[in-house]
Amino acid sequence: MSSATIPPQFEIVDRPLDTQMTISMGPQHPSTHGVLRLELVLDGEMVVKATPDIGYLHTGMEKLFEYKKYQQGIVITDRMDYLNPLGNNLAYVMAGEKLLGLEIPERAQTIRVLMCELQRIGSHLVWLGTHALDIGAMTVFFYCFREREKILNLIEAASGGRLTPSYFRIGGLMMDLPAGFDNRCKQFLDYFPTALDEFHKLLSGNKIFQRRTQGIGRISAEDAIDWGLSGPCLRGSGINLDIRRANPYSGYEKYDFEVPTEPDGDVWARYMVRMREMKESHKISTQALSRLQPGPIKADAPKVVLPDREAMKSHMDALIHHFLIVAEGFDVPAGEVYHPIEASKGELGVYMRSDGGPKPSRVHFRGPSFVNLSALPVMSEGEMVADIVAIIGSLDIVLGEIDR
Amino acid sequence: MGLENVIAEALPEVLTTRLDSLINWARKSSLWPATFGLACCAIEMMNATSSRNDLARFGSEVFRASPRQADVMIVSGRVSRKMAPVLRRIYDQMPEPKWVISMGACATSGGVFDNYAIVQGVDKIVPVDVYIPGCPPRPEMLIHAVMMLQDKVMNESVRDRRDIPEEEAREAVVPGTLPITDGSTAQQNTLPESRPYTIASRHERRRST
Amino acid sequence: MTPEETPSSDTAPSPSVTALQREHPEWVREVIIAFGETTIVVPRENIADACTFLKTSPETRFDFLADICGADRGVEEEPRFEVNYHLFSTTKYHRVRLKVLLNEEDTHVPTVTGIWKTANWHERETFDLFGVIFDGHPDLRRILLPDDWQGHALRKDFPLRGYEPYSLK
Repeated sequence: MSSATIPPQFEIVDRPLDTQMTISMGPQHPSTHGVLRLELVLDGEMVVKATPDIGYLHTGMEKLFEYKKYQQGIVITDRMDYLNPLGNNLAYVMAGEKLLGLEIPERAQTIRVLMCELQRIGSHLVWLGTHALDIGAMTVFFYCFREREKILNLIEAASGGRLTPSYFRIGGLMMDLPAGFDNRCKQFLDYFPTALDEFHKLLSGNKIFQRRTQGIGRISAEDAIDWGLSGPCLRGSGINLDIRRANPYSGYEKYDFEVPTEPDGDVWARYMVRMREMKESHKISTQALSRLQPGPIKADAPKVVLPDREAMKSHMDALIHHFLIVAEGFDVPAGEVYHPIEASKGELGVYMRSDGGPKPSRVHFRGPSFVNLSALPVMSEGEMVADIVAIIGSLDIVLGEIDR
Repeated sequence: MGLENVIAEALPEVLTTRLDSLINWARKSSLWPATFGLACCAIEMMNATSSRNDLARFGSEVFRASPRQADVMIVSGRVSRKMAPVLRRIYDQMPEPKWVISMGACATSGGVFDNYAIVQGVDKIVPVDVYIPGCPPRPEMLIHAVMMLQDKVMNESVRDRRDIPEEEAREAVVPGTLPITDGSTAQQNTLPESRPYTIASRHERRRST
Repeated sequence: MTPEETPSSDTAPSPSVTALQREHPEWVREVIIAFGETTIVVPRENIADACTFLKTSPETRFDFLADICGADRGVEEEPRFEVNYHLFSTTKYHRVRLKVLLNEEDTHVPTVTGIWKTANWHERETFDLFGVIFDGHPDLRRILLPDDWQGHALRKDFPLRGYEPYSLK
């Protein structure tokens, strides 16, 4: 199995009157999953050279972090990978906790795992819907978003925001789960395997879908590691690597789940990996839900974590702490950390550098989509234009994370 | 576009009101959006078209990928400086009558991102008809905005909308000026001459950071 | 899926440090162990050799470059810029950070694109946002900011709101 290569009779030429054509699969395009521009050099229908051009959604978030206190920065992380905002929150918050040396209580960790896995299912549902929509299966889009509405309702019940929850804080959670959350979550998790079977029935046995995805966009295992792929793209090439197993965080070592891999490295392999990952996330969510025990949700650090609202209204020291934390922020010891988590797209790493003040000195997000997209030329040269759409869909890129 | 203008000019004033109602009813009942989903608001826009909140029952049956076939441009998401000329060009490519809905706080005013990279409000680039607040707005808010736009369309007159003369459209974005250069300015380590744009917003002037 | 070697604890030096210090002590300018992570400060000229060594050495096997991240320490700091290389091993699951310190006047660093192909875009991003020039990079141009942008946005002396509000002209 090797990466996609151009057949030898084609070579890249730069003569405008020749048969090759340079087109711009522009920033406004229905199938590029955001504002991505691809410069394609085509020979007929075959792609001879593909160069991604990004930056159309550059928001300067990393500069904004330097001007905001640590807790204020959590709001910005939601908007980065907007399909997996709880994952971004988690990475940022855990990097801050690593710098501060906080210990997170058990219930907070369990809720974090539960919400992150629900979010992973939600992110994969959007991937599936839009991928199938690009390939032509429009029905799957509506089915996936129907399931996703249930997940968004759960996240909204917990945190108040559907797409931008900002639910985690440095030191724990924003608020505890509301009453009745267990039942609603259980209702969703009970129905989800049926929904997953529906998606399989719609797509996996479909000959057209198989013809459009099998053998397309191959990348070999060595190339995948060399290009820094992570997440389902890497596991679709046969490498068994999951940050939840390699560098466990937030209690993941206590959960029983498998890491799906497929050996082929093409679009179909990545599709199967993500479908199986949804099943594993469902397994982890069920385990997390059954393990929920009453307990504190914030770490025991009065100078960092906001006190309970009732305590603030009756105790003087809680009021003073609340005021100081909100008005001036907390000082984080000087140093730097790099904390990677397994987001739905791959290895999401946060590099956080502090100079000892209430605002970070540098925050950098290693976005998995940024790195996955850089391997697009390797996967797509030699394929046809219609296959580019399938390959981009299988990479599951989110431009917010790429451009930051 | 052309036919109703010709008819409107031929008819006397009093009869154009009936024509107005008919044409406006037709236009508002089939507002086809152009896909301009940029960031997180695009996902809520996709939610608004999905089966739970169905935007298609209000007439937005299909999201046309080509702006030449679209009526309304829903700018959903933050517009960065690199994307702004592209936005303007897509707007210019839409034929009259066209409307713009600015969805979300970032499109309305820059949102959370008050910095060098984001245009503070898409109305600095294109004229906007309806603004939607929220970060991101719920799908029901987008549906409400479409309904407000439909009310606005009903109150228009058919003589208001004419095709922009071609020179004016070309002047807005000169062809070939999309920011793809040889990148030589990156190698020169110079900064622009003007003063930094540091007009503090009102809430920041209260105390120093 | 068990790692071949357990990751190091807080006090014991990680195998990458011991390997580097044993083979090429002149490449290790400083070792910082904090927050459970190991940082090795490498002189600018030796970064490519150190990366090749760490990738191929059987004790360390850092075949995955997770991230290249630039940072601006401050306008009056000396050295002003730093470039961090975050390495990860897909077989041994350990991580290390290599740091290169750069002065303001001389921001050239040899590229590691020949060692890991993923460094291509990371180095372009660091160049775009900080102005660090990577010698030998096949295609060093701006990636996130517009092509005709002046200045480097993430430097500490670049104002948050830029230099002028946006206008179409």
